[in-house]
Amino acid sequence: MNPQVPLWVEAVVAVLLVLSGVFVLLSALGFLRLPDFFLRMHPPALAYTFGSWCVTLAAVVYLSAVEERPTLHPLLIIVMLCITVPVTTLLLARAALFRRRTSGVDDAPPSLTPPRDG
Amino acid sequence: MSWLLSYAIIFALGCYALASVLVLVRLIGGPRAHDRVLALDLLYFHGLLVMLVLGIRHQSDLYFEGALLIALFSFVSSAAMAKFLLRGEVIE
Repeated sequence: MNPQVPLWVEAVVAVLLVLSGVFVLLSALGFLRLPDFFLRMHPPALAYTFGSWCVTLAAVVYLSAVEERPTLHPLLIIVMLCITVPVTTLLLARAALFRRRTSGVDDAPPSLTPPRDG
Repeated sequence: MSWLLSYAIIFALGCYALASVLVLVRLIGGPRAHDRVLALDLLYFHGLLVMLVLGIRHQSDLYFEGALLIALFSFVSSAAMAKFLLRGEVIE
């Protein structure tokens, strides 16, 4: 263990942390402000990608400097999010489309497949 | 830990807290149920980020397992709620 890490490592970690904070704040602001659900699904992707990448890289750099060996296990979080976030987003978009089509209000986007005749 | 990193950590945690409040407004006032599910998923994600930043703050590996568990629970709960909104039941 080496509690005294060099200053440039701390500077890199600080820049990554500030970037992730700004990205997460922007995504939450967009999530609050945008008027429609399908528009609102886009800003969380900013947090899910840039936010998690910045924080995870900061953790990898800082813990590697502290323990004086490559510490790569925070990257597992990114692998986990890469697998789960698209599935969640797809399921939620399908649920939202289904609920909007069945709610009676005719403002849902049209189906991509043409209707079969006969 | 120098003042640079400690201020950056405080800034990041403050940003996450403010973002969580904004998402909480959408969670409480969201017009329909899928808005609320998405807001809850985003709140889980903010918790995950807070765990990782606290792991940096305390120079500890233990927070990482908690973050991984939060990611897992976030996926399971959001997928189950989306399935419930889509089909009316979770396990058919």
